[in-house]
Amino acid sequence: MSALDLLGGLGRAVLTLLATFGKVALFTVDAISHIFRPPYYPREFAVALMNIGWLSLPVVGLTAIFTGGALALQIYAGGARFNAEAVVPQIVAIGMVRELGPVLVGLMIAARVTSSIAAEIATMKVTEQIDALVTLSTHPMKYLTAPRVLAALITVPLLVGIGDIIGIAGGYVVATENLGFNAATYLQNTVNFLETRDIVSSLVKGAAFGLIAAIMGCYYGMNSGRGAQGVGRATKSSVESAAIMILAANFILTGVFFSV
Amino acid sequence: MIRMENVHKAFGSNQVLRGTSLDIPKGTSMVIIGGSGTGKSVALKCILGLIKPDSGMIYVDGKDATKGDRDAFLARFGMLFQGAALFDSLPVWQNVAFRLLRGPLKRPPEYAREIAIEKLRRVGLKSDVADRFPSELSGGMQKRVGLARAIAAEPEIIFFDEPTTGLDPIMSGVINDLIREIVTEMGATAMTITHDMSSVRAIADNVAMLHGGVIQWTGPVEKMDASGDPYVEQFISGSAEGPIEAVR
Repeated sequence: MSALDLLGGLGRAVLTLLATFGKVALFTVDAISHIFRPPYYPREFAVALMNIGWLSLPVVGLTAIFTGGALALQIYAGGARFNAEAVVPQIVAIGMVRELGPVLVGLMIAARVTSSIAAEIATMKVTEQIDALVTLSTHPMKYLTAPRVLAALITVPLLVGIGDIIGIAGGYVVATENLGFNAATYLQNTVNFLETRDIVSSLVKGAAFGLIAAIMGCYYGMNSGRGAQGVGRATKSSVESAAIMILAANFILTGVFFSV
Repeated sequence: MIRMENVHKAFGSNQVLRGTSLDIPKGTSMVIIGGSGTGKSVALKCILGLIKPDSGMIYVDGKDATKGDRDAFLARFGMLFQGAALFDSLPVWQNVAFRLLRGPLKRPPEYAREIAIEKLRRVGLKSDVADRFPSELSGGMQKRVGLARAIAAEPEIIFFDEPTTGLDPIMSGVINDLIREIVTEMGATAMTITHDMSSVRAIADNVAMLHGGVIQWTGPVEKMDASGDPYVEQFISGSAEGPIEAVR
């Protein structure tokens, strides 16, 4: 393979990537615009709220509680190296609210919700259900995408908030039961240390990650290839893209909120 | 009247329609025959606007099908898809009454359910099917539900995409008879695509043979056997010898 071939291949890959970004951006604008334009589908919205929000609670709760507990143990062990064990409540709180809560909830939503949305919509496409919607005078973006995107925008920040609280609770249990912290002091240190900015950043990240998770599921579902392989590829690509975009967005938002 | 004029459509390097022209008079049943991959479904989807043709014109009652109010245009159509394309997440009655539960034709749910059950009866299904989900039905029952959904809003034009594919001969006969009865009873314009010659004879007023992206022959069904067209003759006889290549 010559250097020119290599360069050509690289150029094609970059162009494909840019084209995909463009398509996703246009899809996002279209999806959001359909949230505000009638007709509305309240039943589909209610089902999406249930699937994305309520049914994600167990996995979010379990992820957060174990992470909060492990974080307390790590900070205690690490802090002990320079006699800083007492900072466990503060670091658990800031770590959960600023970073681990939003990112872990975002990734769990990408795994659970993005994959499910992509697989469902891709299957609908493969079995001509999307075409059937069109022939029944129903816009697929309004009926399938808008309710899911709106539901994710509302529920994922709530899930992040709940994840933050459960994560801090996990750290509290470990610190008070295993590490000998005083319960009242632990809680007071946690509350005193957190700032409004920490909580706002956590919720904004939740909304951004919810949008990314729903959009990527819908985009790859709507643009799925044919057959079982097409559905599988759409599902895999949606989760990969959502996870990477969530981590990238987290970096950007952290910079926006906390750059000195 | 539906008119296709010199419609072209390609997918990448695969030129599927190469100047397809066809007239379907109002209130008649047109059946399009042709081998697999010859563009029958593409032609049908071009009329509905599900696929945009590269060039050519499509008219419905003299008006350009690509212009005007899209919802009003689609409200005139009913369609039975090859795999029925029922919505898995909805019970059968909500599938049938889909159009009557939302959009401009919205009716109260009780009334929509009544109509759905009446349409299910019309296609030979009992009312207890109404509350089942599509995955709980056999292929033949799903096709009938799809047929009930296609006729639920009493459209002027109905499309049937391979209505008997995957069904046993008896169920195929039942579906063919139902389609013929419904089209006659409703006075609708119908367009069916199929490979099944028994369907052609049961459903069609007129037949069109699509091959190589163009209509090779079209005429009344009673003249089909004596068409003198080598493509039609080979298709009817099912012979491997003739102008249609067996290996594609």
